[in-house]
Amino acid sequence: MSRICGGIFTSHVPGIGNAIAKGLQQDPYWKPFFDGFIPVHKWLAEEKPDVAVVFYNDHGLNFFLDKMPTFAIGAAPEYKHEDEGWGIAFQRPYPGHADFSWHIIEQVVASEFDPVTCQSMLVDHAVAVPYELCWPGEEAFTTKLIPIAINTVQHPLPSPKRCYELGRAVGRAIESWGGDEKVVVFGTGGLSHQLEGERAGHINVDYDKFCLRNLAPDPEALLQHDTLDIVELAGSQGVEILNWIAARGALRGSVRELASNYHVPISNTAAATVLLENSETVHA
Amino acid sequence: MPPIPEQSSAGKRAIPGTLVFDGDAAQSGYAINAMCYSFNHAHNREAFVADEEGYMDRFNLTEEQRQAVRNRDVLAMLDAGGNVYYLAKLAGILGLGVQDLGALQTGMSLEDFKAALLSHGMTETRVAEELGEAA
Repeated sequence: MSRICGGIFTSHVPGIGNAIAKGLQQDPYWKPFFDGFIPVHKWLAEEKPDVAVVFYNDHGLNFFLDKMPTFAIGAAPEYKHEDEGWGIAFQRPYPGHADFSWHIIEQVVASEFDPVTCQSMLVDHAVAVPYELCWPGEEAFTTKLIPIAINTVQHPLPSPKRCYELGRAVGRAIESWGGDEKVVVFGTGGLSHQLEGERAGHINVDYDKFCLRNLAPDPEALLQHDTLDIVELAGSQGVEILNWIAARGALRGSVRELASNYHVPISNTAAATVLLENSETVHA
Repeated sequence: MPPIPEQSSAGKRAIPGTLVFDGDAAQSGYAINAMCYSFNHAHNREAFVADEEGYMDRFNLTEEQRQAVRNRDVLAMLDAGGNVYYLAKLAGILGLGVQDLGALQTGMSLEDFKAALLSHGMTETRVAEELGEAA
């Protein structure tokens, strides 16, 4: 039986990728953000997860507005990052786990979700930056990727409740996989930020702290706002919290916060990194 | 009781200073967003720089979209259906980062825009004992 050991939740600002490419981790502007990964690195070195299921949103690398899936699950043997328009392409490929992907697809469809399935899929900075943050350096990635894209670009977006339920279905699917892989779940993006319009630069510390406070003990508190409520509260890109909500849904055991780092600002974003442990619930 | 969300004239919910990129925007903005999507490839970025008008012809931009691009007017690009995730690729060609875009859209100087972000500046960290410094 496969086991979900925990969840990693992190911002995925493209500027973080630039900072990594330029080696700015110790720069005073960046250090408070990168330091948030020290406990994550310790935990990953201990847990050594075999598979990462990553809930994220594509920003116009793999999907254009001609065909915009609400949910899309990767089922490729390997994934790559490519130039997204500003010339940076992370070189290390992401090994996939197609059989495990298909198992998840089978199970979530049985749970009455209808994802697009992708046997070929480019992954953008929303996957690449978290992978680089978690496993820095030059060595080939060994943690196999199963990407799950959620539309946060073109409204109507899926509701927070629907994303949470998708996460729950993915969690059940992982738990029912016959292999003995250890799995870590990722939710990427956020927290509050808005790039466009007269409200560009919008940051909402109160809403972010509400999310950070409730993510581990009471994730359903995050479902009280609908998608447009979240846009109003967290900004039009702050709605990427949908990826966090889905990832949190996949953690169905006893969940405890191991680390949380909230740092404002990185670029135009209130950045955050959270590590949650997921232990088996003890039954009588 | 929570306040009743404000409705725009079209019956849509209005969020101050924010354009919700919905089906209407996706339709009206298709051409400019398609052009920006093409900028994922370096050779297309070079082709745009070499001949902006010709490149906009290829993607059938509306006159409103062309004028917004000519004027480097980000708010006008948004009004014409541009989506910021795609416009960011055009901004990259023009040498503009997201903070430059923020300054342009809010009418602030870049310094003032950065200062406004820094006005929220804070760091709050929690680490469980077993993963802390001593562990």
